Amino acid sequence: MNQPIHTGDTLPDGTYQSNLPQRHRIGRIWKRLFQASTWVGILALIVLILNVINSTFGMIALENQINPEDLAINNIPIEQLHPVDLTHILKEHLSAGLIRRLESDIPWEERSRDNLYDLVMTRVVEPTVVDTWSLYDSIFHREKIVQEAAADHPNAALEFHSWLDQDFLVTPQSPNPEHAGVRTAILGSLWTIAITILFAFPLGVGAAIYLEEYAADTPLNRLIQTNINNLAGVPSIIYGMLGLAIFVRTLEHITSGAAFGLVDPTTANGRTVLSAGMTLGLLILPLIIINAQEAIKAVPGSLRQASYGMGATRWQTVWHHVLPNALPGILTGAILAISRAIGETAPLVVVGASTFITFDPKSPFSKFTTLPIQIWQWTARPQDEFRNIAGAAILVLLGLLLSLNALAIYLRNKYSTRF
Amino acid sequence: MDEENRLTPGQAKAQIQSAGYHRSNNLKKKRRWGEFIIQTLLFISGAISILTTVGIVYELGKESLTFFTRQSWEQTNHTLKASIDAEATQFDVGTSGFTLEPDDKIRIDEELMVITDITAGIVKVERGVEKTAAAEHRIGSEVFLSSSVTLVEFFTGTKWNPQIGQFGIWPLLNATLMVSLIAMLVSLPLGLSIAIYLSEYASMRARSTIKPILEVLSGVPTVVYGYFALTFMTPLLKTILGNDVVEVYNVASAGIVVGILIIPLVSSMSEDALSAVPRSLREAAYGMGATKLETAVRVVVPAATSGIVAAFIVAISRAIGETMVVALAAGAGPNFTFNPFKPAETMTGHIVRISGGDISYDSIDYNSIFAIGLFLFFITLTLNVISQRVVRRFREVYE
Repeated sequence: MNQPIHTGDTLPDGTYQSNLPQRHRIGRIWKRLFQASTWVGILALIVLILNVINSTFGMIALENQINPEDLAINNIPIEQLHPVDLTHILKEHLSAGLIRRLESDIPWEERSRDNLYDLVMTRVVEPTVVDTWSLYDSIFHREKIVQEAAADHPNAALEFHSWLDQDFLVTPQSPNPEHAGVRTAILGSLWTIAITILFAFPLGVGAAIYLEEYAADTPLNRLIQTNINNLAGVPSIIYGMLGLAIFVRTLEHITSGAAFGLVDPTTANGRTVLSAGMTLGLLILPLIIINAQEAIKAVPGSLRQASYGMGATRWQTVWHHVLPNALPGILTGAILAISRAIGETAPLVVVGASTFITFDPKSPFSKFTTLPIQIWQWTARPQDEFRNIAGAAILVLLGLLLSLNALAIYLRNKYSTRF
Repeated sequence: MDEENRLTPGQAKAQIQSAGYHRSNNLKKKRRWGEFIIQTLLFISGAISILTTVGIVYELGKESLTFFTRQSWEQTNHTLKASIDAEATQFDVGTSGFTLEPDDKIRIDEELMVITDITAGIVKVERGVEKTAAAEHRIGSEVFLSSSVTLVEFFTGTKWNPQIGQFGIWPLLNATLMVSLIAMLVSLPLGLSIAIYLSEYASMRARSTIKPILEVLSGVPTVVYGYFALTFMTPLLKTILGNDVVEVYNVASAGIVVGILIIPLVSSMSEDALSAVPRSLREAAYGMGATKLETAVRVVVPAATSGIVAAFIVAISRAIGETMVVALAAGAGPNFTFNPFKPAETMTGHIVRISGGDISYDSIDYNSIFAIGLFLFFITLTLNVISQRVVRRFREVYE
């Protein structure tokens, strides 16, 4: 910084040459550079999102296991077949075990024609995705895709497919990417976050009130404050290890539900929603405390003085005057902290999220998986189809986070009061 | 107040009493139990944070201690070539594939011995060490070699291979440092430039659009960045540098994406520091004939150095602790390499991979990730403390 690179020069005869045009030129160049850096940042976000969209939508090549035309009876295509014939086709092509299972769900005679037709399509005709293309290719290189598909998969039908659809949201996890959905993951995320909020919100706000309204300037209280600031910088994976050691192992009796006689039959250890929620709770506790402290600090002292002047006790002052005024700020901060928790992956991997479960979590003592865990799992697999559904799951997650952030901004604008 | 309206003390007292107020003779502060309980509960909430820190240090420390003190026994392919009695201090273990060295601790059956000397397959030992009883051992008894992990081995070893008892942190640490270095090369110039642009050049309107965008960028979950690294950055690097140079999993792609991930952190912290520099300093610089760039780079930035340095240190700490991007994009398997286009597992990546599988609580794998975790915790804690010190110590205070 000591090198004079763009100031004026003092000439040997002592006159000062200001070099203004050159200095302004350098100034303009650097301004462009600063501007360009900003654009790089914005571009990164755009590319990030486009990249996800690119793999969530696109052309797929579908190949039927059995050509539907082969199933036609007496030249009547299956779309127009009688339910009895459809049942016949099903019984002919499916294994005896599956037939029995389907029968025990709903007896054949009671199934509607549409239901039977769906069954024939998904179980017998069974279209499988044999190849996928990105959205970019699907739009700009359509001819090439058609050629490729014709060469590699002559029997396949090309169609445009959105991996993110209604079915994706309501079906549980499956080893087959075409039928996999995020239902269990969304429910798992919601359960976990509910526990996190119940655990971290009261504790965080309580700690903030203590530090701002009660704590005298003693070494202990200063230690608490410093400690909270430092905890906010601890990598999230360390919290995962803490959760593994304390909630999963040491408190297994409680977190598995054994202490309450509520053990989920599928899990007998502490790798449950409760452990995960409390781990994330510890993780966001410092964030909630720091945000809530800021909000409480912003409440003017005159309000407190007025309340004390009327003879209110300290808690009455806090409860009736400080908290209501700080609440919008506290809520905004808490929502931001919670959206951080929703996106956390590493601590949950360490705590022991399940990578594959197909049933909904039903209690705090259930096994669980969450959206980010699912995204991680799917991304880590080499097959293209899993990348596609990982992209779809990312869009779901980002949608969830964006709506939470929108809520935070709405709360801030609606309830914030200026003093 | 008017003279006529003023009450005499007696009248005032009468009025107060008739209104139902009684002066209490006891002026001592009343103990309010409700208030006391509430205050205690609030204090406990605050103290939880201390408990968390204590918990982290205690749990990580406990498992690490187990890791460093645990004694496991490796097979050595050596067996006793002849039976020995309780007194013998030397015996033949055969010479093929020799793995023993003087000062090694060995175990035969239940007895521990320390080797004092070795000559051509004949080992001299000190019998019955660590309070084990010297006993007879029959021909063919296996010799086991003690393998505990020493701190020196942990911090100097260049191989991490739990299967054969090699626990040197360097392959993991090296990958972590490489990822962090690349991330810093990306995020420092970009982040600082953005901060300068926002605080010195951008109009109010530009700032109010750009800042939320950067906030969104910092709110995107890290696993999404991992996806980005794997499905965008790696193919991009492959296209630019060639398929055979860049491998599918590589440090460079993870590092660049971690860099992008921490740009918002660097830019927002630096911008706060730049904005805190008072306007008068800028006005003075303009008054001396400085251009806008000269003012920004030679007056404002130096005045905000402490804040910017603090931002950089926090960013390094964040990059070191970043997990999901490296777990997805940097590769699985410790690899001591300086080539950024080769796969190499970082400390965090290793922890995730090991704990993501089924591990039993008493395995050395389980203990080893806690040792890594403790090391990681101390690195990041130290960096964070330094950054706070920098801010406090070197901050220029303006009126």
